[in-house]
Amino acid sequence: MFKTPAFFIDMQICTGCKTCMVACKDKNDLAQGIRWRRVYEFCGGDWVKGDDETFTQNVFAYYISMGCNHCKDPACVEACPSCAMHKDASGMVLIDPKKCVGCRYCEWVCPYSAPQFDVSNGIMTKCDFCQELIHEGKKPCCVEACPTHALSFGDYDELEALHGRKTIIAPLPSPEMTAPNLIIVPPKKAQSPDNTQGLIQNPEEVKNE
Amino acid sequence: MKTNNLPDKIVWSTCNVNCGSRCPVRLHVKNGIVVRVGTDNTKQGSSGTQQIRACLRGRGIRKWIYSPERLLYPMKRVGKRGEGRFARITWDQAFEEIASKLESIIAQYGNEAIYRNYGTGNLGGVVSHHNQIEKLMNVLGGMLNYHNSYSTAQIFQAMTYLYGKKDTGNYISDMVNSKLVVLFGNNTAETRMSGGGTVRDLVLAKKNKNARVIVIDPLYTDTVTGFADEWIPIRPGTDAALAAAIAHVLIINDMVDNDFLTRYTIGYDKSSMPEDIPEGNSYKEYILGSGADGIPKTPEWASVITGIPAKRILELAYEIGGTKPVYIAQGWGPQRHANGEQTARAICMLPILTGNVGIKGGNSGDREASFGIDWPTIPVGENRVKTSIPCFLWTKAIENHKEFTALNSGLREKKRLQVPIKFLWCFASNALINQHSDINHTHEILQNESKCEMIVLIDNIMSSSAKYADILLPGTSSFEERDLSYQGYAVEMGALFIREKAIEPMGECLTLFDICAGIARQMGKEKQFTHGMNHDQWVEYMYHQCRKIKPRLPKDFSKALEQGFYKWPRDGKPFTGLASFRKNPEKYPLATPSGKIEIFSSLLWKMSQTWELPEGDSIQALPEYLPTWGTPGKKDAALYPLQLVGHHYKQRTHSTYGNNEWLKEASPQSLWINPMDAESRGIVHGDLVKVFNDIGTTLVRAKVTPRIMPGVLSLPQGAWYNPDQKGIDQGGCINILTSQRPSPIAKGNPQHTNLVQVVKEKQNNV
Ligand code: SF4
Ligand code: SF4
Ligand code: SF4
Repeated sequence: MFKTPAFFIDMQICTGCKTCMVACKDKNDLAQGIRWRRVYEFCGGDWVKGDDETFTQNVFAYYISMGCNHCKDPACVEACPSCAMHKDASGMVLIDPKKCVGCRYCEWVCPYSAPQFDVSNGIMTKCDFCQELIHEGKKPCCVEACPTHALSFGDYDELEALHGRKTIIAPLPSPEMTAPNLIIVPPKKAQSPDNTQGLIQNPEEVKNE
Repeated sequence: MKTNNLPDKIVWSTCNVNCGSRCPVRLHVKNGIVVRVGTDNTKQGSSGTQQIRACLRGRGIRKWIYSPERLLYPMKRVGKRGEGRFARITWDQAFEEIASKLESIIAQYGNEAIYRNYGTGNLGGVVSHHNQIEKLMNVLGGMLNYHNSYSTAQIFQAMTYLYGKKDTGNYISDMVNSKLVVLFGNNTAETRMSGGGTVRDLVLAKKNKNARVIVIDPLYTDTVTGFADEWIPIRPGTDAALAAAIAHVLIINDMVDNDFLTRYTIGYDKSSMPEDIPEGNSYKEYILGSGADGIPKTPEWASVITGIPAKRILELAYEIGGTKPVYIAQGWGPQRHANGEQTARAICMLPILTGNVGIKGGNSGDREASFGIDWPTIPVGENRVKTSIPCFLWTKAIENHKEFTALNSGLREKKRLQVPIKFLWCFASNALINQHSDINHTHEILQNESKCEMIVLIDNIMSSSAKYADILLPGTSSFEERDLSYQGYAVEMGALFIREKAIEPMGECLTLFDICAGIARQMGKEKQFTHGMNHDQWVEYMYHQCRKIKPRLPKDFSKALEQGFYKWPRDGKPFTGLASFRKNPEKYPLATPSGKIEIFSSLLWKMSQTWELPEGDSIQALPEYLPTWGTPGKKDAALYPLQLVGHHYKQRTHSTYGNNEWLKEASPQSLWINPMDAESRGIVHGDLVKVFNDIGTTLVRAKVTPRIMPGVLSLPQGAWYNPDQKGIDQGGCINILTSQRPSPIAKGNPQHTNLVQVVKEKQNNV
């Protein structure tokens, strides 16, 4: 078992294919609109038209696959009035559905949109790190699904030792907020977190309905 | 919420669509229902047998198996074609009606009036393969053939004139030997998505050696996001102009490989022209402006056409000319145009001029090659009908067969078509309406029931095309039958899948074999068709045929069935296309008339004199840039100022899985539009917009993104046509806007050559 379970994404080989997202939906039988794993498309840049009908541009685009980062300082846990949201002994941030009152506070405070509300049952749901697979010594479903092997997981400290301190890129929130257990290799066109040019281009594909 | 129920069994199956790959899906079955879908979990092979991890489409397959659009019973049309109104019938009635219509059509018109429409929705089965219909028809005297495909018509024919054959490339894994990679319209990340497919080979090559990658494409594709060091946006259909300008820079700066050109090619300059060709027709003369048009193909000339600044073209030319080896490859997008044959050959001129053909780390300019084991297919017997039409021209063969000739329509084995198509078979084919160009015109042709008298369509799903069937038959999905599958065609490894039936057939679904056998029985030909075997026995028979190729496969079929899945690494080093020709062109000449690379094609020269073409079309012996209809600056451009292409989209494979709710949620259909074009029309992201031209109209949501060039739109191909009362499509299907006018040489589908306008229909209410 891990001390601190963490996700790892090599964004230089993530193609934004969304296999991780759909495999997660299948494994967890998620209803329409509930996305425990989401793939954000971050994109920006300008086009300039020349006099001769030609164009120059400085476009950048990359994808970020995001489940739950099972943070060290989970804002959701802090905000939960009923103690449904909790960090368990193995370091995973989990929901006890019996305790959840459906107030959606966790959803508001999570900077990663990890808590996903299940409207039909009136309770919050989220990525549970495929805990039963982990306990069987297997990999999380999304990790095992990734066709390019961009997505991986492991112990935070070990991943950090391997890949260095996490780099902060736009549009990820400052890690100061929740101390996420996420290590990334930034994409080639990575933008600094204060970038104001870029936008999440696919809001309809990542929102929780 | 959690699936804590342990499955009763886990069954190997495959995703059988036409994406180029063939991925295993592991179906977890409980109480006869698929409850979860996994993929290749075999040990990660170190030697080229990596896990063939399914993409999102394979992983989402559960939603498709159990989709509400599944066909469950044989049906007969009661409304008009396209309305989708049907009455349930029995299988016996279906067999009787089909058999009697086949008999009467054959008696009245002959076997040439029967045709199986192109369709690739289920390509993975070996016994459940469309060639069962070929076999049935061969037993009954044959049917009209087709050549080409909707994927590759222009490029395959172009490569044949240039190199004497198609598939001339190096493996993508050969990029480890390259210093520079230049990809034209080649979106591996979205068209070759499997973990066992070329995208994975690209990942490994890039990780391994990190050659600089330049992608030239109107779209900032997922291949650009993942792998490109640089993106050069280009107007669709103008790659040949860019290639000509690069050639200009290479030639005037003495950066061409003259030794290569002399030894391996004809037509580069005056010294290597075929006899009897008038002066001024060599490639060099065309490029330098001393040919017929008198225009030097300078970067300035090309910049206006392509939209790429002249300076950037110059730099690119220097980079290509000054690096070796360079891996230059094109995808199949640039060729799917009205001038696609020209574009495909023009791109190849860059490796030819620089001598990058037939060497390690180089490439012929063709698409990357792939490796596969040559597995057997079911024996289909002989088709006594030899006549063959280009698959894109089937509507013309229904509508206007009298005008269908070898010289105007690429008919083969006959000068003129003698009978129209009267009977259409469709198996897993949405090309009856959705994937064929100009839906409104196709609709009109199919409305006339005295023209094509019967359409028999076999599918799993009520697709847009299924609504046009006269007899609509429910086939078993590949999860409801036992069969074999082989590796895909865009991979670098061999595979054999022995698939067990995972669940019982839904409703009254039958396998394709049983359907064909039922019709054969009705016509007194059962024995000839089945050879006394049933579906499962054929599967076992084919397995033993496979053992002739791989004798170490277990003798005992049930053992193989249990194992489910075998993989073999490709042989040796990454393959180099045209290597033997490069080594010894005298001993291993190409299959072109001269045995050399024909920069000037003597065959095309002849065709340019004899073929009959509509005004505005032409056939060129040289790989010149050819402005055509449907490109900016042409007649329609004032009304319809925007170019429209339809890139392949992860949501579906062509149109297959287009109804899958999970996939639609992950990747909804939308029109890609640049902010410049959107702003001037008051369009914001998420707005419902109307895209239209003289051919048709569709409504779709706008994706406002700088990831597409200004002046260009993309409506990802394959979305399902869904007309309202007035015939206005609500589904964002590109073929409501595409033309049936074929490309000049191959008579292929120019589905990326379109001019349209777009206006806002309704405010974003997301
Ligand atoms: S760990 Fe499991 S639950 Fe979490 S995103 Fe991945 S697949 Fe989904
Ligand atoms: S499956 Fe892998 S490559 Fe695809 S979006 Fe997810 S992390 Fe990226
Ligand atoms: S669509 Fe192609 S890549 Fe995706 S799972 Fe199916 S066979 Fe594999």
